[in-house]
Amino acid sequence: MALSSELVLDASNISVQFGGLLAVNDVSFNIPKKSVVSLIGPNGAGKTTFFNVLTGLYKPSEGKVMFGDREITDLPPHKIASIGLARTFQNIRLFGLMTAEENLLVAMHSHLKSGITSTILRTPRQRKEEKEALDSAREILDFVGIGKWASEYARNLSYGDQRRLEVARALALKPEILLLDEPTAGMNPQESSVFVDFVHRVRDARDVAILLIEHDMSVVMSVSERITVLDRGEKIAEGSPEEIRSNQRVIEAYLGKAASEGRGK
Amino acid sequence: MMATRAARKAKKATRRPASHRTWALGYLAVATVIFVVYQYALPWEGLPLPIYDFLQLWLPPTSINEALVYVICALGLNVVVGYAGLLDLGYVAFWAIGGYCAGWFMSNFFEQWNFHGLSSVASTEPGLHINFWLVLVIGGAVCAFFGVVIGAPTLRLKSDYLALVTLGFGEIIPQIFFNGEDINGFNLSNGTKGITRLDPIPTGVKDLGPFDFGSKFVIFVLLAALMVFISLQLRRGRLGRAWLAIREDELAASMMGVPLMRTKLASYAVGAVAGGIGGVAFATHVDGVYAERFNFSISIFLLAMVVLGGMGNVWGVILGAFILSWINSTGLPALGDTFNTQFGTDIDFPSFTFLLFGLVLILMILFKREGLIPESRLRMVLHEGDADEEMKPAHEEEK
Ligand SMILES: Nc1ncnc2c1ncn2[C@@H]1O[C@H](COP(=O)(O)OP(=O)(O)OP(=O)(O)O)[C@@H](O)[C@H]1O
Ligand SMILES: [Mg+2]
Repeated sequence: MALSSELVLDASNISVQFGGLLAVNDVSFNIPKKSVVSLIGPNGAGKTTFFNVLTGLYKPSEGKVMFGDREITDLPPHKIASIGLARTFQNIRLFGLMTAEENLLVAMHSHLKSGITSTILRTPRQRKEEKEALDSAREILDFVGIGKWASEYARNLSYGDQRRLEVARALALKPEILLLDEPTAGMNPQESSVFVDFVHRVRDARDVAILLIEHDMSVVMSVSERITVLDRGEKIAEGSPEEIRSNQRVIEAYLGKAASEGRGK
Repeated sequence: MMATRAARKAKKATRRPASHRTWALGYLAVATVIFVVYQYALPWEGLPLPIYDFLQLWLPPTSINEALVYVICALGLNVVVGYAGLLDLGYVAFWAIGGYCAGWFMSNFFEQWNFHGLSSVASTEPGLHINFWLVLVIGGAVCAFFGVVIGAPTLRLKSDYLALVTLGFGEIIPQIFFNGEDINGFNLSNGTKGITRLDPIPTGVKDLGPFDFGSKFVIFVLLAALMVFISLQLRRGRLGRAWLAIREDELAASMMGVPLMRTKLASYAVGAVAGGIGGVAFATHVDGVYAERFNFSISIFLLAMVVLGGMGNVWGVILGAFILSWINSTGLPALGDTFNTQFGTDIDFPSFTFLLFGLVLILMILFKREGLIPESRLRMVLHEGDADEEMKPAHEEEK
């Protein structure tokens, strides 16, 4: 599938410094509308750090991030989230003591309007808004396949369902871009292949572009329209799955890793 | 086995909203009983003297009204500490500000001015005399203002620093009142002498003076009920969810579009309003404001009430506030009197108040960290080990 040239996100020359460590070094990266693109690289390559820049958690020491035609480099995280960049976390960070649907309602916070007084008085408008939000939350939970756990506390869900709930919560933000940080971590091969279909379903039904950080190469190769490879903070390759598969630098980066850590994926 | 558990779970789910209703009815029932006893049974000639003496010693009307003031304030602190998970060690400041609002606007203190706002006091009286009900609103509003002023710069801080700054705030405000007798020639607070004799509370039927315990009891019960209502409404709405999310995981909350500052500030302001209202109520209860009463120990005292009762659960907080306030104002002194006359000793029981509270807190933290009436969510985490049946991941229940 050819990538449409219209970009929903364009990050240029991003660098992030942690003390003496250059975790991300002059990386430019864009996301075409409604595409599925991936970011891969060995452990510690700077993938999560790059995510954190896009979502406003870290401010880059160099470079800027454009979201559509709006610059978001210096916006606070909650603002970035509310204008359409939603993420999941590498280590699941659900609100464990809230139910699945409450988790989604929190993510809808910025789209809801009722304030202190209308909440206390439970005005008809506030009630209507709450009901619509709840319906929408349940719909999303059904969509990701955990509708029956809507009123279960998030911490009681199984690992796989928690991963789904993370995606559902991000979708509740009604994002234009969905950033998934190692969503298949801890899944078995069968679950992972189901996940590939799931990603496409999300993209098509929810009209989002998806940026995926992923270690599982079979997932990456079958789901991505474009792959970007980071190694020690630098972008070493970018292209279609076929191009990446045969790229010498990528193979070296990964083989070096595999030899030292025995990582076979 | 499986079916029964599912059924139990379903029952639990449907019962959840009703349980607040049950508690609310219980609260009103207890309040009604207390009111009837103190309004009608206690003044009744036919009441056997031992019962009369017993009630006067162990549960005098002042102790109940004082406890209710603590309930109002503790419910406010609960929004900050229990709901949003922010540690506030200076809550007494709001109590003091509310108290002085009553002192300023309901007495002859500012003799140089003469203003009457819907007050029942004769218009020849000098000073600012504003209707008690309006002063409640003013006290709440002034505290909300200070809450925002203090909160805006400090709520950015990590929680440990927040605790320190609020601690400082709770020290500074009472100090200002303590030393506020002569601020460039202006007498703000009458210093250590305090402001006494407040206007009666107009009710439309009659004006309530300092000894109208029964009627003031009703007013305090309703104010506390109002705080409960506000807490519960906010809790299940948009803001309450955001508070809970922040308590759970601040970073994740901000990544989900929750503005941390504004949301925390809202909890701080709501808490401050309750502190102000409690302050006004307390001032009418003791018929005055005294700077030395507003000290650090009150902040800790309130915090202990929230922890003892069950952080985040309004009914637990009410119970906690009642118990601790009663021990402090009545229980220990009465126990001391009884003990000393019985055994001919001369032990100063009230001086052990804080030793006792410290002990209670330690025991709570060791054995019942979720409080007497825990919030259902918290019970789950804190008793992870002993209730592993409930802890099983949900999907296993299907098998
Ligand atoms: N907040 C931080 N402070 C200091 N160093 C950090 C911080 N966050 C990340 N780093 C460092 O930056 C480098 C990149 O980390 P990052 O988490 O982005 O890697 P990653 O590509 O996501 O790796 P993984 O595949 O293990 O998740 C690592 O060396 C890490 O130790
Ligand atoms: Mg990572």
